[in-house]
Amino acid sequence: MDVEVDNLTKCFGDFCAVDHLSFTVNHGELFGLLGPNGAGKSTLIRILTTLMPPTSGQARIIGHDVVRSANEVRQAIGVIPQAMTSDLDLTAQENMAIFAKLYCIPREQRKRTITELLEAVDLVQWANKPVKMFSGGMRRRLEIARGLVHEPKIFFLDEPTTGLDPVSRVSVWEMLSRLKKERDLTIIVTTHYMDEADRLCDRVAIVDHGKLVALDSPLKLKASIPGQNVIEVSFATVPEGWTSVLEGLPDVAEVKAEDRVFRIASHNGPRTTGALIDEARQAEVAIASLSVQSTTLDDVFVHYTGRQLRDTLQAPANSESPFMMRRER
Amino acid sequence: MRNALKRIWALIERDMRRFRASPALMVVSMVLPLVQLVVLGYAFGGKIKNMEVGVVDRDHRVPAVQLREMCSAVAANAKTFETISYSDQRTALQDLRNGRINAVLNIPPEFSRKVLAGQNPNIALIEDNTDQFSSSAVTESLTEMLSTYNAKKIALRRTGTVSLSVVEVYPYVPYIQFLLPGTIVLAIFVSAMIGGGIIYIDDKARGLHEGYLVTPLTKFDLIMGFNLAGAIKAMLSGLVLVTIGSLIAGIPDPLNLLRLGRMLILVVFTALALISMMFLIMVRVNDPLVPRAIFGVLNTVLFFPSGAVYPINAFPPWMKAIAVVDPFTYAVHGFKSLVLKNTGLAAIGGDLLFLGTFALLAMGAATLLFRRTL
Repeated sequence: MDVEVDNLTKCFGDFCAVDHLSFTVNHGELFGLLGPNGAGKSTLIRILTTLMPPTSGQARIIGHDVVRSANEVRQAIGVIPQAMTSDLDLTAQENMAIFAKLYCIPREQRKRTITELLEAVDLVQWANKPVKMFSGGMRRRLEIARGLVHEPKIFFLDEPTTGLDPVSRVSVWEMLSRLKKERDLTIIVTTHYMDEADRLCDRVAIVDHGKLVALDSPLKLKASIPGQNVIEVSFATVPEGWTSVLEGLPDVAEVKAEDRVFRIASHNGPRTTGALIDEARQAEVAIASLSVQSTTLDDVFVHYTGRQLRDTLQAPANSESPFMMRRER
Repeated sequence: MRNALKRIWALIERDMRRFRASPALMVVSMVLPLVQLVVLGYAFGGKIKNMEVGVVDRDHRVPAVQLREMCSAVAANAKTFETISYSDQRTALQDLRNGRINAVLNIPPEFSRKVLAGQNPNIALIEDNTDQFSSSAVTESLTEMLSTYNAKKIALRRTGTVSLSVVEVYPYVPYIQFLLPGTIVLAIFVSAMIGGGIIYIDDKARGLHEGYLVTPLTKFDLIMGFNLAGAIKAMLSGLVLVTIGSLIAGIPDPLNLLRLGRMLILVVFTALALISMMFLIMVRVNDPLVPRAIFGVLNTVLFFPSGAVYPINAFPPWMKAIAVVDPFTYAVHGFKSLVLKNTGLAAIGGDLLFLGTFALLAMGAATLLFRRTL
């Protein structure tokens, strides 16, 4: 087990950002942490990367306690924070070299590793250009390379694709998959993009209100919610008792209604859809729109976390001093 | 220990590379204090000349004419003021109030009669005292002129005269030279404020420090790395001021290697003391507005009580108390000794001791207060 999280809790006053979380991550896994804004993902990552002490519970990285053996943990991990932290005035090569020196990597090994990593992230030709000339995707790739410069065993990435265009996002994920195989890495990543997590993560943990609400492979998570298909249909008018009528259609597992829009989970999408159209025609209820999809991780996410907006206050990263600026978690 | 030094050096190297890549920052921290030296040095250093004094002669007889001739002599030689004749006092006073002239010298109608009768007459000097510097210069010049005027009339009972011969230990020190030590310290402070204050907090707010905190850098490595990187930049500013500033201010033998060597030692101690102080102030600050907000206040609180622009002996007790604990005071005193008096290191031993101890204490306190977590 590369990561062991046991009853981990982090509270800021009355507010618990991480609430008795427990899970493990196996060696070589690409582990996704999903959750709505303010769910506690970034706080969890900060505790695991020694940036924040937990209120209670334990976390171990390759057997090292994140509080008691923080230095051993730091040596074993690579971290890409949510914010882009490369130095804009320095070149890509200089950014890499400075971090390699912080880990005291000998000169020859440093040169070799930097070249290899810049090749791996397709930035060799830009190695001597200042980072301020890079696009967002290039900067993120550079930071991924920089995070690997000391050959860590576990790689933490906090929303690495947020703010990137679709092409850059795909390239970052492909790169992560390749690096995981080539370097025998365990990767823990937080993301908002369900399709990426679905395609690339070996296992996914859904965190909400600081608690673990689901943990399994994307395939099993999708199977864990009612229905294999989701029919999303909106009607021009909704007669009395219409939800009960829809629940009575063949193969229907669950019906959720929001105003005139209904999400019907079905074990057999085509059959339920046919029956639904017949029923609507007989009841003279006009269908405004209709779509049938297979269950996605989005549906899993919504199923476990609900659909309401999360306008909650953020817990401060720092504490008491009136001089301190409050940071977003 | 070797690894710690390597890590500290990596932090310094990063800062130096960034510094090199930001010419604007170099200009701000090195050239602007030079501009300040020149502007302030010449703004306060010169003798006040070419003021205008209105003369209202309501007497017109010989003693009054003699007095006016002496005024004209001042205008022709010392050039402290020029005279403008007025026929009536009302117009002269109106011009004084409108700022056209600096003072009005009023010679009353009975002036000559009283002079000749030995009755010690008064002449009036009406000044625009909103400008104390100009009015003092006019008063001083006219007082001197009247002494000469009176000397011709006074019969001395003593046969011998006593005079005071002033011997100055050092050559004449123009104000720009007097200002140079303070300006050197100010340049080092500006660099410390930018490096140890503004850039440090900006990097923190941008999340750059988060990148360091997940590496094996210790608290000591981080504080030492940040401190030394900031101190090196502050030293560069100090050295530019020491050499180019000395040339501009006209310090005798400005490139004397022995003196430059001594000044380098003082620059190092001053830079370390000021950057350590900045880190101690900023160690728990996260808001990028804080260093900008306190920059001006800190500058005033530290610079002016140091004796850089006015002697400490003239300060009230509370300001003298600030001067005692202010590192600027010791740095300014040290640079005054080296720049203006060309003393050896023994003369600034106390200053070096204070600055060194201050740097160690501030760095120690900053290390204790520094948080290794967010």
